[in-house]
Amino acid sequence: MTSAPGTRVVVVGCGPTAHRLVETLVARGFPGPITVFGEEPRPAYDRVALTSYLQGRSAEDLTYPVPDGVTLQLGSRVTGIDRDGLTVVTDTGQAEPYDVLVLATGSAPFVPPVPGRDLPGCFVYRTLDDLDAIRDAAREATSGVVVGGGLLGLEAADALRGLGLRTHIVEMSDRLMPRQVDAGGGAVLRGHVEALGLAVHAGSGVRAIEPGPDGRAARLVPPQGDAIEAEVVVFSAGIRPRDELARSCRLDVGERGGIVVDAGMRTSDEHIYAIGECALAGGAVYGLAGPCFTQAEVAADRIMGGTASFEGADMSTKLKLLGVEVAQFGEMSGALDVTYLDPVAGVYKKLFVSDDAKTLLGGICVGDAAPYDTLRPFVGRALPGSPSDLLFAGAGASVELPDDAQVCSCNNVSKGKVRTAIAEAGLTDVQGVKDCTRAGTTCGSCVPMLRRILAESGVDVGKGLCEHFALSRAELFDIVLVRGITTFSQLVAEHGTGRGCDVCKPVVASILASLGNGHILDGEQAALQDTNDHFLANIQKNGTYSVVPRVPGGEITPDKLIVIGEVARDFGLYTKITGGQRIDLLGARVEQLPGIWARLVAAGFESGHAYGKALRTVKSCVGSTWCRYGVQDSAGLAVALELRYRGLRSPHKLKAAVSGCARECAEARSKDFGIIATERGWNLYVGGNGGFTPRHADLLVADLPADDLVRVIDRFLMFYIRTADRLQRTSAWIEGLEGGLDYLRAVVLDDSLGICADLEAQMERHVESYVDEWRAAIEDPDKLRRFVSFVNAPGIPDPTIVFETERDQIRPVPVVLEGVRA
Amino acid sequence: MTSLAVTHAPAEAGTWTRVCRHADLIAERGVAALIGPHQVAVFLTFDGGLYALGNRDPYSGTHVMSRGIVGTRNGEPCVASPMHKQVFSLVTGACVDDPSVVVPTYPIRVNDETVEVSVA
Ligand code: SRM
Ligand SMILES: Cc1cc2nc3c(=O)[nH]c(=O)nc-3n(C[C@H](O)[C@H](O)[C@H](O)COP(=O)(O)OP(=O)(O)OC[C@H]3O[C@@H](n4cnc5c(N)ncnc54)[C@H](O)[C@@H]3O)c2cc1C
Ligand code: SF4
Ligand code: FES
Repeated sequence: MTSAPGTRVVVVGCGPTAHRLVETLVARGFPGPITVFGEEPRPAYDRVALTSYLQGRSAEDLTYPVPDGVTLQLGSRVTGIDRDGLTVVTDTGQAEPYDVLVLATGSAPFVPPVPGRDLPGCFVYRTLDDLDAIRDAAREATSGVVVGGGLLGLEAADALRGLGLRTHIVEMSDRLMPRQVDAGGGAVLRGHVEALGLAVHAGSGVRAIEPGPDGRAARLVPPQGDAIEAEVVVFSAGIRPRDELARSCRLDVGERGGIVVDAGMRTSDEHIYAIGECALAGGAVYGLAGPCFTQAEVAADRIMGGTASFEGADMSTKLKLLGVEVAQFGEMSGALDVTYLDPVAGVYKKLFVSDDAKTLLGGICVGDAAPYDTLRPFVGRALPGSPSDLLFAGAGASVELPDDAQVCSCNNVSKGKVRTAIAEAGLTDVQGVKDCTRAGTTCGSCVPMLRRILAESGVDVGKGLCEHFALSRAELFDIVLVRGITTFSQLVAEHGTGRGCDVCKPVVASILASLGNGHILDGEQAALQDTNDHFLANIQKNGTYSVVPRVPGGEITPDKLIVIGEVARDFGLYTKITGGQRIDLLGARVEQLPGIWARLVAAGFESGHAYGKALRTVKSCVGSTWCRYGVQDSAGLAVALELRYRGLRSPHKLKAAVSGCARECAEARSKDFGIIATERGWNLYVGGNGGFTPRHADLLVADLPADDLVRVIDRFLMFYIRTADRLQRTSAWIEGLEGGLDYLRAVVLDDSLGICADLEAQMERHVESYVDEWRAAIEDPDKLRRFVSFVNAPGIPDPTIVFETERDQIRPVPVVLEGVRA
Repeated sequence: MTSLAVTHAPAEAGTWTRVCRHADLIAERGVAALIGPHQVAVFLTFDGGLYALGNRDPYSGTHVMSRGIVGTRNGEPCVASPMHKQVFSLVTGACVDDPSVVVPTYPIRVNDETVEVSVA
């Protein structure tokens, strides 16, 4: 086959593999027309990241850009191939001639043939449409079951849990993720999964799905035991290659499915290639994106007249599911194995080695995947240390990798390739490595490794904020502090380039505010603020804003509660109790904000800074005042702390909580700083996080009296504000501190840097200079002038904002988007 | 600021609509204007440049472009949508990361200390 001009390439299937193929062809200057038929109604998207869609990522964001010059026929299924006539036909009767045909039809979820599997409420987990349907069904449901406890099944179960369903997992095998972990690892994994509230039914199948009175799925009946409530059923019991087209035109297929291809990804017809999850290459169907991408590149090379071949691929996996790291690499057995088990922490690590204990064969990790990062590239090689040492994460971290070790398995990139790219193209950050080598662009799990290689190559890793500042946030902070700079213009003129952007401007705004430079809307500072800070409110999806008055410690008088109710009623706002022990009033148009706040301020409320990278709330429990177990006045302390640190701008938002005893009803250990009462005083925990990457806070110091406690928190917060990166919560900051918690203790308890007096003084200045931002705004006509929808029609609201009613309150009418992408 | 401001838009235009006084604009902070059925986002840059773009953010469908952060990308004046931070050129209206997505640009000028936009 040649790539003569005019060679027509037709691709069947528009998934990630097809995308990689056409992208490679276009990048390499393929001269002929390329047409892709896709059954789904949208261009190829990142299926690996599918679940993030349910966590709020948009379909657009997941969608790959369409390479120039490629014709997409979407919503169009190919139903037949005329191999003699070199033509494909679609379900709409369209016929398309080809010179080269590429099948990239992927795979379909396997749904076991059980009665009731077609009931409404039963789904698979493969496409964006599947997820839309699941999300819709979950709105009306309270319970869900995932059939299949493999990698995808657990991901789906986590998603159902995220949609608020009581979720069960039914798995045939005796353990979860049977293909990645052994019995020991399975037991530890199960512990983690159950601790999250998911019910695991291992060693159990499905006899039937039974409907309820409404005809929708209601129960899953196992072969033995009680039925499981199941209004939403997701089948995730494996995948089957979609080889139906290939079968119908009599291409060779494997006994257990999959289109047979040679090392050049060519099928039994020389004009037809098959790549991705539909292909049977070297006797295996690869169900991971990495090998599929390699196959696409091999096929592209062959179509261009090259000789690349697919030599099989590493099926190692590492994932973080439900907050638990699970990883498997290399073989899952060996002559000898070494196991590390910590049942309390839920950590299980096992290495398989050759009979002389010298060569690494593979490994399994649950609860801590550090050995995966450091040891996976050593599979089949001499171990870089004693197996037991290597099982401890710390020891592994210093291991230096050989150049031919594969660092990115998704894109088959070796360490040598990354190093060469860094040296030859003068790369200075992870993004550059991604652009140049593709490493890190798929599942992202190799990014820490890329950072290490950059550092090893002598690159100062990505501390520059953006194109305007080659300095880190901490360096900018020092410059602003030491030089007494008070404007962005001066800072960017003397230490940066251009006029800033949405990355560096809010950072500088925050630094100026942390150092106490007056109202955030004063003078030039106004133009630095994100829209939330600019309007002192949080933007919502329809362009309206939310209003969150501060309710220190969550303690509120009946009178104030009534005012909130009245204001919401009078301005027609939606109200909701937040997760931060206060009340959110949503749906306010820009021009309503001053009137709303005038009423709230008059009643004694002040800004809750829900919009700022600033202190949010200090949650409390009722504590010793009311609770029969309380040992200290947690509510009182929470109120005092919230008032002390209100308005404090920081690299990211700050959250805190105070619990009155070890029962921890205020969830203090999930906060940036959390305090738990003891008989003798207060324990201070730092670096907790909910959100994306939950982390329990670490005990910094125990049994402090209240005064000392406040001093330590002052130092801790100011040290964080001075040195953390942009948008880095305290959890990530502490994890990144060289020397970790011990170092932090040395700085804020033993004053090892001699800066504690400074930190305290700086906090004192903050406390003294605090004024309520909203009060200051409504008292200043110049600031109020900006709270209008239209500068030339201040009285007119944005006519495109429309509400409907749901559960007796307003809700935004969804905005209709005519396709952003052509 | 004076009416020496540079205008960055095609000169030919239909009818001009007064939007606000030039002195009302804050550098690098947009305002929105309602001109007939059109919502227009008006920006004054640090160097005195004036720009008018459609106020609708094509990614979210909301009319919020005027509330984005103004700055530069490789020297070109830009605004980042406040909703999901896609960045658009103030000069061409094209999204910097996906030039196929474009918001309209409108002629803008300063006439007797007053900012005027033409949507015709
Ligand atoms: C209103 C509220 C949800 C609710 O109805 O309960 C909420 C709403 C938002 N949260 Fe939250 N979060 C709310 C409590 C929480 C909590 C629970 C808590 O604070 O106890 C968490 C987990 C705890 C934590 O932060 O560690 C939480 C973790 C997040 C995160 C993830 C942070 C992380 O470190 O991973 C984001 C995204 C971010 O900040 O980058 C976020 C971002 C947001 C934003 C600002 C998203 C946005 O940019 O539009 C939401 C807008 C707020 C608004 O008023 O318009 N919200 N959010 C809660 C307001 C609490 C308050 O009174 O201030
Ligand atoms: C939830 C989920 C999570 C995952 N997580 C990971 C992960 O963490 N790491 C990893 O490596 N892999 C992961 N995967 C697997 C990865 O997504 C697949 O390996 C990859 O999508 C395979 O790409 P493909 O293009 O070969 O097939 P597919 O993505 O299945 O694409 C094939 C496309 O072809 C279309 N098609 C089929 N037949 C026709 C026809 N006759 N006419 C027109 N169009 C047709 C299909 O509708 C589909 O859109 C995950 C998969 C899922 C579902
Ligand atoms: S944390 Fe302790 S004191 Fe506070 S409410 Fe719970 S049990 Fe009571
Ligand atoms: S290993 Fe998945 S992106 Fe590199």
